[in-house]
Amino acid sequence: MDTRRLAFGLVCLMLLLTGCKPAVQSDNQDQETLTVMTHDSFSISENVIAVFEKENNVKVSFLKSGDTGQLINRAILSKEAPMAEVLYGIDNTFLSRALDEDLFEEYTSPVLAEIPREFQLDPQNRALPVDYGDVCINYDKAYFKEKDLALPQTLQDLTKPEYAGLLVVENPTTSSPGTAFLLATIAEFGEEGYLDYWIQLKQNGVVIVNDWETAYYTNFSGSSGKGSQPMVVSYASSPPAEVIYASEPLEDAPTASLTGKNMCYRQIEFVGILKGTKNREMAEKFVDFLLGKTFQEDVPLQMFVYPVNQNATLPEEFVKYTQIPESPAILDPALVMENRDNWLQIWNETVLK
Amino acid sequence: MRKNITWVLWLLPVAFLVVFYLQPLAAIFMRVGNQIVAEGIGSFSFSRIVETLIFTLYQASLSTILTLILGLPAAYIFARFNFPGKKLLRTLSTIPFILPTVVVAASLNTLLGPRGWANIFLMNVFGLENPPIVFVNSLGAILTAHVFYNVSVIIRLVGTAWSQMDARLSQAARVLGASSRKAFFEVTLPLLSPVILSATLLVFLFDFTSFGVVLLLGGPQNVTLEVEIYTQAMYLLNLPMAGVLSLVQLLMTLGITVLYTQAGRREIPLAPRVNEEGMHKAKNWKEKLIIGIVSISLVIMLVLPLISLGMRSITRMEANRGQREDVRTGITFEYYQQLFVNQRQSIFYVPPITAIRNSLYYGIITVIISITLGSLAAFALNKPGRFNQWMDAVFMLPMGTSAVTLGLGFILVFNKPPIDLRTFPILLPIAHSLVAIPFVVRTIKPVIATIPANLKQAASVLGASPLKVVREVDIPIIAKALSVSAIFSFTISMGEFGATSFLARPEMPTIPVAIFRYLSQPGASNYGQAMAMATILMIVCALSVLMMEWLDSNAFLRK
Repeated sequence: MDTRRLAFGLVCLMLLLTGCKPAVQSDNQDQETLTVMTHDSFSISENVIAVFEKENNVKVSFLKSGDTGQLINRAILSKEAPMAEVLYGIDNTFLSRALDEDLFEEYTSPVLAEIPREFQLDPQNRALPVDYGDVCINYDKAYFKEKDLALPQTLQDLTKPEYAGLLVVENPTTSSPGTAFLLATIAEFGEEGYLDYWIQLKQNGVVIVNDWETAYYTNFSGSSGKGSQPMVVSYASSPPAEVIYASEPLEDAPTASLTGKNMCYRQIEFVGILKGTKNREMAEKFVDFLLGKTFQEDVPLQMFVYPVNQNATLPEEFVKYTQIPESPAILDPALVMENRDNWLQIWNETVLK
Repeated sequence: MRKNITWVLWLLPVAFLVVFYLQPLAAIFMRVGNQIVAEGIGSFSFSRIVETLIFTLYQASLSTILTLILGLPAAYIFARFNFPGKKLLRTLSTIPFILPTVVVAASLNTLLGPRGWANIFLMNVFGLENPPIVFVNSLGAILTAHVFYNVSVIIRLVGTAWSQMDARLSQAARVLGASSRKAFFEVTLPLLSPVILSATLLVFLFDFTSFGVVLLLGGPQNVTLEVEIYTQAMYLLNLPMAGVLSLVQLLMTLGITVLYTQAGRREIPLAPRVNEEGMHKAKNWKEKLIIGIVSISLVIMLVLPLISLGMRSITRMEANRGQREDVRTGITFEYYQQLFVNQRQSIFYVPPITAIRNSLYYGIITVIISITLGSLAAFALNKPGRFNQWMDAVFMLPMGTSAVTLGLGFILVFNKPPIDLRTFPILLPIAHSLVAIPFVVRTIKPVIATIPANLKQAASVLGASPLKVVREVDIPIIAKALSVSAIFSFTISMGEFGATSFLARPEMPTIPVAIFRYLSQPGASNYGQAMAMATILMIVCALSVLMMEWLDSNAFLRK
């Protein structure tokens, strides 16, 4: 009997130890809170957010909502009673769905003047561009050097016999870089031609896996996984990440991107003020802050994407190790939204069967 | 009078289920229904649904059979023999259950992937150009991972019941002239069958609704219902189709569970025995051989991937520039050191200690919720009646429900006080409990059935109050099952089992959340830190399981 009580006591003690701490982080009650709904990859430096919070006497709380698909689902389902003031992270492949669902309030931020027109895909300024990245094929530099193999210059080159079995891509129906790569092939070969291209790719032994993690860390030979394919669909920012997050300091990036015409697909992320917000004024301030120089310069090292604000300077590693493609593929968001399901379905039936 | 008691027992578990399961589920189905009425179902393909369903059933059946083939002999040796390393092996065999699928995929790949140890070894020995074992994107990978995950369910559930079974029964059969084979098939197996069925059902449902493993290892060709639901909902934004698919999945779960309750009705009440009574050391070479073979298979199937994961977290592997083949390796603890540094100065950085604390916090709450509600339900279910037969099936449903769909339901329903997704502090352990409660019920219920009525009557006659009867008779008998349930509820929570991460997003990041954060970024050090964090998860979990077993043997067995 005594031992049973002891056991109970121990459990209670554990609960106290682990239970007390998390609850006490409540802030003082008079301070306003601004809630920002975003995806899991969102990140920001402590001192950068502190600047905004201090200037405006506000607490910014981030509601992380999974990947981009989960995020937009969540925003749509909670439309009647929005869970946040600001939504960060809808990309151009989902943009027109978000606009169709009428999620955002119009806001023409003065900072938009510092952002190139090409990023501003919504003329009514409900969704404002905030960062961008390019999905590109990364290659293992050492492999190509060792085999004395020329780099593919176009998407069509990838179907040549010398690159047989050397490329791993993600399934477009389960992975967002996978979707982007599919869209790049559609931009290059058109709706009539892309399926033929994929059939050729398949005949040339392209490896398709479901997620970026497996593709990059298991199949790709240039990462720490040391797999068997020296080319992978990843991001233009992955090579600098390899340097910044190397095990031991590197003099040079082990990987680089293929940046030929239409070989990369440009993903632009947007921020918007959610319809029905109770604190429009603070939301506007926060959007201005996100588009402004301070946050924009924080973006590369936090999320490995690029600032859209042209006044923001890039960190050294980014300047040194990333190639920004000159003519990345990008499709009209309305066209993408209209045909997405169809493209993916047909791709599924043609390429996977 | 009797009826009243059952009613009281049902109150809490049913209320919980209505609020946190049926309500969000109904909300999402209603919304989907409206959407279907308004705009149709999109590209509806009946044959594709059937195809996916067939594959889902096929892989789940195969996985379950393989799990039983490894699990039952293992349960046997754990139940009947004392051998060196037993406790360690049993603890280690629980760990796969907690590992997030991303980590399992990574660790199986460090063994069997294109540059896994097995392939490197074979390539060196036979001088091959290409890796001979093709693991990623194969059915074999799905099956391997399912066995890896679920063997411990069989070991724990069946093994515990087996060790509590009266060893004298089969001994009597032997004395009366039955061969050991006959004694096994005619005495032991029939007595164990309810619990074997229970365990099989749980494993089957886990495999049936399995998500991460199939997505990460099965590749684009092998698609289960749950993966298809995810694709439809999250990538095609086609909620109607996702809704229809999850309805199919739900109905299948209901069907399977009803079939099971039909089969499992003939439970034979038997006086339970003191634990470890029939336990002995291996007496002859035959027994030694069995123990040897089974434990070696367990080590290969379960422990090797864990070790390879742990090794990976302390190995530096970075190709030399220029000479790709030279992989410079070395032992390093730098990944662990880096875990303590907020390299990016990000506000989302989690120190490992905080992540461990948060995980433990959620784990303990999950245990408390699911043990309380699960055992109430199990006691209630044990009273006969048609109503209870249905309730039995209803309480299994959360396990067979698409977590993606239920998660969307959560968003619809829990958006204002008193239960607000953003602020309600224990929504995550509640979501974990939804998966854990069916487990607790299935574990405890067959054991309650073995409590002999005359023992309780005797206690009452001797003047014990009903509460005292429960405390002095029921609880000690089900203690072992309670502790097994606690271990599983805890591990379900620690690993954010399967897709429960869709249900609610923790504001306090847990260990699995920290792992994802590292693993979703390129760079050798991110990968290393993810492996280090996963190793920490394994260690924390192993220690917790050991502690729970220690508490259990201290609290209940010393009489």
